[in-house]
Amino acid sequence: MALRAIAGKKTLTLGLVLGPRAAAGASAPRTGSGLRHARGLVTFSLPDLPYDYGALEPAISGEIMKLHHQKHHQTYITNFNKALEQLEEAMAKGDSSKVAHLQSAIKFNGGGHINHSIFWKNLKPLNEGGGEPPHSTLGWAIDTDFGSLDALVQKMNAEGAALQGSGWVWLALDKEMKKLKVETTANQDPLVTKGANLVPLLGIDVWEHAYYLQYKNARPEYLKNIWKIMNWKYASEVYEKEIA
Amino acid sequence: MGFHLLSPSYCCGYQASPPISHGLLRFRPVTGIPKPSPQKGQLHQSRRASKVLAYYGLTTPPYKLDALEPYMSQRTLELHWGKHHRDYVDSLNKQLVKSPLYGHTMEELIKVTYNNGNPLPEFNNAAQVWNHDFFWESMQSGGGKLPQGGVLQQIEKDFDSYSNFRDTFVESAMALFGSGWVWLVLRTEEKKLSVVRTSNAICPLVWGDIPIIGLDMWEHAYYLDYKDDREKYINTFMDNLVSWHAATVRMLRAEAFVNLGEPKIPVA
Repeated sequence: MALRAIAGKKTLTLGLVLGPRAAAGASAPRTGSGLRHARGLVTFSLPDLPYDYGALEPAISGEIMKLHHQKHHQTYITNFNKALEQLEEAMAKGDSSKVAHLQSAIKFNGGGHINHSIFWKNLKPLNEGGGEPPHSTLGWAIDTDFGSLDALVQKMNAEGAALQGSGWVWLALDKEMKKLKVETTANQDPLVTKGANLVPLLGIDVWEHAYYLQYKNARPEYLKNIWKIMNWKYASEVYEKEIA
Repeated sequence: MGFHLLSPSYCCGYQASPPISHGLLRFRPVTGIPKPSPQKGQLHQSRRASKVLAYYGLTTPPYKLDALEPYMSQRTLELHWGKHHRDYVDSLNKQLVKSPLYGHTMEELIKVTYNNGNPLPEFNNAAQVWNHDFFWESMQSGGGKLPQGGVLQQIEKDFDSYSNFRDTFVESAMALFGSGWVWLVLRTEEKKLSVVRTSNAICPLVWGDIPIIGLDMWEHAYYLDYKDDREKYINTFMDNLVSWHAATVRMLRAEAFVNLGEPKIPVA
């Protein structure tokens, strides 16, 4: 479900448009994407940022945003597509050990794509409402489950700072228990690996590439500043949709 | 003193109150990150001096911080050694104040805190202190090029050729997901050299193997100099930084523990 949401209409229609043309060239030597679209497999592509690279300054520098988006996220997508292509081949051949072997690459690169796609939507420039605290339902839920917005922020910052190595810190909604939680995931593991009922509302990337050029080793500073550009509106929308 | 911490220490916001045990997340809300001011800094330092006993010290790299330019910048060394490595040492010492784990050598401490795969909270700091000591010594100015003598022989024996080994090493580093290290180790059981990659702070000592060369693949090791171009960083390490001299010394010491057999002396 999440994957379809991220692929978006653009790639799906692209897939459909290329379909008939690819079918015509099906007899040609395997060219990868064309043939895949004939079979209906979607390839993923880099989503545009809803703001300029420099729009999140001074919380996150334009240099970091550009590298993060154009290099890191793009690499995850490229490798994800590659892994999926290899998976398809392995499944067609019935090569079960290859199928199992590819799972870690799929989890890592697919997770990277999922997580970063959410991340870009979690951020908003200051002059477009970034940092404005949540109101109504999400605001009340935060007060109920954490005591106050401040307490939530402190908890997330603490867990983010304490995370060893690379990973993410999340504000999650447990849609079954109807409760908010703070979770961390390692490397690019998507939030669902911590619980099938967890829906990500906000995620903070604490991989060093997310802040190093600007904050160097001062991860707590980065965590403190990122709240100034947090897009609570997006979190509220997701929350209300799940709770309904 | 060398580097002033201009921001709260790496792991926990620094508070001049009872030390927060590293593993617990009973976090007390901080109403504001304390702004550094000369008097407050000195106050922190004097309180720290009276509370924390140093068990382990920060070793300095065997070269000046600009010696690895242009392959690894002075700025990177200043941050990597002066902040990251130093923070691991400080954090470890802080943890050991409350812990019964003292009197070990660093290698023993790592094995004990690894706890057979269920690491204790001190493991991360201890292992990272050792890993970084090992890393600085795995590099030298004018490094790279080819290994020589016994090391080259052993590499050729276990990898078929140096270039095979080099490819294996580079591939392994590129395939690492997340933070971690890549090692050339001497496997004590199989009695041969092998390339191994580990996640986060883990190092081959925990399995009883003997590391010969180590490469830090955490992003902080290369991001300032190479941004996201990991391949360039790894290749530069192999071509210009790796200290085969250090590797030779380590192999010599390793052979005292691992019988690598008779050298293949060609018969006339």
